Amino acid sequence: MSQAILERLKERYEDGVVETATERGDDCAVLKREILVDVCRFLKDDADFAMNLFVDVTAVDWLDRRTPRFDVVFQLKSITKRHRVTLKVRVDDGDDAWVPSVTGVWRGADWFERELWDMFGVRVDGHPNLRRILMWDGFEGHPLRKDYPVAGRQPLVPLRKSEVHVFENNPVDPFVVGLGVVREKSDGDA
Amino acid sequence: MALYQSMEGSVLTTNLDKLINLARMHSIWYLLFGLACCAIELMQTGGPRTDVDRFGFVFRATPRQSDLMIVAGTLTYKMAKRTRLLYDQMAEPRYVISMGSCSNCGGLFQLAYSVCKGVDNIVPVDIYVPGCPPRPEALTEGILALQKKIKGEPFLVSPESGLIVNSNPVVGAGPAFAAGSKVA
Repeated sequence: MSQAILERLKERYEDGVVETATERGDDCAVLKREILVDVCRFLKDDADFAMNLFVDVTAVDWLDRRTPRFDVVFQLKSITKRHRVTLKVRVDDGDDAWVPSVTGVWRGADWFERELWDMFGVRVDGHPNLRRILMWDGFEGHPLRKDYPVAGRQPLVPLRKSEVHVFENNPVDPFVVGLGVVREKSDGDA
Repeated sequence: MALYQSMEGSVLTTNLDKLINLARMHSIWYLLFGLACCAIELMQTGGPRTDVDRFGFVFRATPRQSDLMIVAGTLTYKMAKRTRLLYDQMAEPRYVISMGSCSNCGGLFQLAYSVCKGVDNIVPVDIYVPGCPPRPEALTEGILALQKKIKGEPFLVSPESGLIVNSNPVVGAGPAFAAGSKVA
């Protein structure tokens, strides 16, 4: 099956497929955002491919190393045909950070897409219920982005002592926090 | 004295605190509070091989019946809020055992954005059990250490004044005993 999916996609979508790659039997296609849902529906419905399992969607943050900034990565699998494919969509920061929802194709993509929004701040257009799923309401920022401060902490309850420790030779300055949420002083020891 | 001698072997003299503490230290009901892999070892500790039941430690499923909270596992900020709530629901005197590296200091995950660096940030801790995760023997050692701590605590009576007191801010004597009243 290897590469047959990629050949078929290139043939069918032409310019919509930006790039393809095969690494040790793993097929990967980089797609334009506009055709993503279409491709997903095709791969699911086509009898030869039958991608009936949506495995995961996540993202790669290439901050300061590449533009556009994010790869949004979709992992698909066919249980009946026993093959997989990876689809990627490149999106940039800010207003461009969105992908169309595939919940219309696989209902199970719902929570994965919420996680994508929660962790990377990539909006999912057309999602029925796009809220944070792991972090709580009121959490600032998106923790798996490369520019989320390493020492950034947002406790939900008052702490009994300071959590910030200064280590010698620590490459991370514990007081550099973009969000201003690290507690520097004790709240008073109860 | 003659009466006392005549009953030798069947009479024990002690003070009230020691007697009460003897009862307290052998009847600790702990809250089921497994948060991660330490919970597996916590289950083993309660199981037949290690069997902390023989020390009077039995698990309860509600904080309102518990004397002890064994925090077993990685504490996230989300869970920290619930931990505080559960702790506040426990009746005094109450104790906390921090089990494993994660609840001691955040452990392996302490640099993560969501992990609280130690449960002592949230509630006061009596005993810290090191290990990742601690073996049931280690937790049993912690439990024995807690018993020792309870045994030495002034519970009802202040050792200096002989008065019934609230012995410390955390461990109170409860409303049945008015503070400052003389022991009968």
